[in-house]
Amino acid sequence: MTNLIFLIPIALVLGGLGLAAFLWSMKSGQYDDLDGAAWRILDDGEDKPDED
Amino acid sequence: MSCCAAGTESAADLDRLGSDGPSAEEMWVSSRPLGNGLRQVDLIVPGVHCGACIALIERELPKTPGIDHARVNLSTRRVSVVFTGQGGDGQAEEVLGSLGERLQSLGYPAHLPGGADETGDPAFRELLKALAVAGFASMNVMLLSVSVWSGAEAATRDLFHWISALIAAPALAYSGRIFFRSAWGALKHGRANMDVPITLGVLLAYAISLHETITHGEHAYFDASVTLLFFLLAGRTLDHMMRERARSAVRNLVRLSPRGAMVIREDGSRDYLSLDEIEPGMRLAIAPGDRIPVDGRVVSGRSDMDFAVVNGESAPQRVEPGALAPAGTLNLTGALVLEATRNAKTSFLAEMVSMMEAAESGRAGYRRLADRASSIYAPVVHLLALGTFIGWMVVSGDWRMAMMTAVAVLIITCPCALGLAVPVVQVVAAGRLFEHGIMVKDGSAMERLAETDRVVFDKTGTLTRGKPQLVNSAAIDPEHLALAARIASSSRHPLSKALAAHDRPERDLAEFATTETPGEGVVATTPRGDVYRLGRANFALDGPGQESRADDASSQVILSRNGRFVEVFLFSDQLRSGAAAAIARLSSLGIGSEILSGDREAPVHALADDLGVKDFTAGVRPRGKVDRLRALASDGGKPLMVGDGLNDAPALSAAHVSMAPASAADVGRTAADFVFLHDSLEAVPLAVEVSRKAGKLIRQNFGLAILYNVIAVPVAVLGYATPLIAALAMSSSSVIVVLNSLRLRRKAEVEAFAQARAGQDENAEPAAAQLTGSAGMQASS
Repeated sequence: MTNLIFLIPIALVLGGLGLAAFLWSMKSGQYDDLDGAAWRILDDGEDKPDED
Repeated sequence: MSCCAAGTESAADLDRLGSDGPSAEEMWVSSRPLGNGLRQVDLIVPGVHCGACIALIERELPKTPGIDHARVNLSTRRVSVVFTGQGGDGQAEEVLGSLGERLQSLGYPAHLPGGADETGDPAFRELLKALAVAGFASMNVMLLSVSVWSGAEAATRDLFHWISALIAAPALAYSGRIFFRSAWGALKHGRANMDVPITLGVLLAYAISLHETITHGEHAYFDASVTLLFFLLAGRTLDHMMRERARSAVRNLVRLSPRGAMVIREDGSRDYLSLDEIEPGMRLAIAPGDRIPVDGRVVSGRSDMDFAVVNGESAPQRVEPGALAPAGTLNLTGALVLEATRNAKTSFLAEMVSMMEAAESGRAGYRRLADRASSIYAPVVHLLALGTFIGWMVVSGDWRMAMMTAVAVLIITCPCALGLAVPVVQVVAAGRLFEHGIMVKDGSAMERLAETDRVVFDKTGTLTRGKPQLVNSAAIDPEHLALAARIASSSRHPLSKALAAHDRPERDLAEFATTETPGEGVVATTPRGDVYRLGRANFALDGPGQESRADDASSQVILSRNGRFVEVFLFSDQLRSGAAAAIARLSSLGIGSEILSGDREAPVHALADDLGVKDFTAGVRPRGKVDRLRALASDGGKPLMVGDGLNDAPALSAAHVSMAPASAADVGRTAADFVFLHDSLEAVPLAVEVSRKAGKLIRQNFGLAILYNVIAVPVAVLGYATPLIAALAMSSSSVIVVLNSLRLRRKAEVEAFAQARAGQDENAEPAAAQLTGSAGMQASS
């Protein structure tokens, strides 16, 4: 029974974090262009090391 | 990602959409300030379809001076460009002008979004948030319920029930309000919709569970009430996506009549005014290549004008001072000054729209399959629950027990699977069609397309490309062809453009000065003093007696040197690719075809013979097309209209279901239920097949949902539905329905036909093939 006093709040907080993260990501426009995001991850044009 | 490197499809797109991209002034009017001297303009770029396109556009556009950055949205095929400029100093216009050219030269012709600018979709966001909250709550409550079911002792069970109640209450209030609102709205008007049993079930389940919890009872339905909301919201969200995304996709395509026009003031100064500011009596300057913004009368200048939006024909007509120019027609060759006779709201275009709305009311009688199902379902469920309650009251006299059972019936029968049955299939089918370049306006269109038994085609622009092509090139001396092509490249006349396509820039020809006489032809003078004339026979040739071969079925252009006949060029319209295959395919699906055209008898007959279509009618006015469709419908038929012109728009609205190519007039595209982006007409049988397949799956889903009810309802009515059984039955039926719908995504089911098409049609786009990988179900977009 004492375990539950810790475990249940922890479970709820973790779940709540997930929910908050989702709502935040939606608000910040990360779901606006899913097709584009799928392609962008393949585009590694800019991160070549500088040639010196 | 080599798919778009060579601009494989952009060549065709450029050709199709290229001639009238938005002008700098139009882009300026539609841009909005962001502060710090920056402004943003959103453009639609239909050619964008993969990562290489995104990278190219986002890398290349900022290289144009004045452009800060560009961001491509692949899902909506849009690019937002942020640029510096305050306006008024001409600098911003310059930036926008070079932006348009840059996009054009990259191979991505852009146009402006139609209608008011849409920033997100509040209803969709609300649904998604509600779905997320319901998902969170159902996950946690279910977790607690599982421990209760696996045999928690009384004290722990009560604790868990209390926690569940605390989680479920805010979730129900937040996520459930969508249903509560709709149910309340329906009840206020004395109707019952699907949301009434949902609301009742959810609220009663919560209330009775709370009562159980307070009285230390064993059975609580908190998990059922929140998972119910979750599944229903999932269905609702998909349904909304189905309607909204597709609709905005079609809205994206609406290439508007101009946003405004250059107005010439009394004192001779010129101003670019937006469309609603233009009043009758104003004088408008119309440059060659512009569309007419409002109805007007030509005051000065002469030109050839493309009246295709009025009569559907591609051959231009000459206009002179005094002639009337309806809004939406295209000025081709000469500059005109127009006196506006009407404002935008009463213009020809607006009139056509109202005529279409009138025609559309005939179709309003169609009710969506889901609505028909729910109109039967809702009362049955109410009666069943009420009957259960009364029955148990009579039998046992225990109101609490009777109430519990009635609530269990409401929960079990709650239309989760039913709510998912239609939208999931339609979203998947629409995604499937989208991969093949077919946009669907709403789900009911697919239901109607599956029922179709006859296709009515328009001719010009639908079965044919609506663009003239040189037909006698084999018989022409290459020297003459090169010369004529070079001369023609200075003109905007459709025949000239067709001829100019044969120009070889690398050929070294003498420089010459060209002047175009609108409505007649082009005069080119070489340095040596030779005068070439290219145009109508009586323009190019001096004096009678030099008769050329007159051909009835095709148009001709004559090239002369110093007034003497040199060469004749014959043009005729070309069949759209895949037309014959599409008609054959349709007839193998049991769908007959016929042609209704506004054109003359001879060309229509020839075309019908070529395609093997027996029924055709020539010389039909827009009203006649509507009448023909009405006649078909009153014989019990479900005609599909495929057409492109503005003259087809009323017929598109009047038909049971309609399709238009993306090259169609704005209003035609808006009127049609389906818009196909690719050139090939095989989109028509493909759409029919996918729709039929979708219809089959929807019926299967209904069958599964009914089967589930047949098994589960007796159990619930007899009082054996514990919370555990309710939760299991509910989730499993929803999952089965979703899995069944996803079968439509299996390649083999749809694609065999599309593959065959790609093989025989070399113009077929690679886009379809590579999109399949990325489109996914797009459920969360």
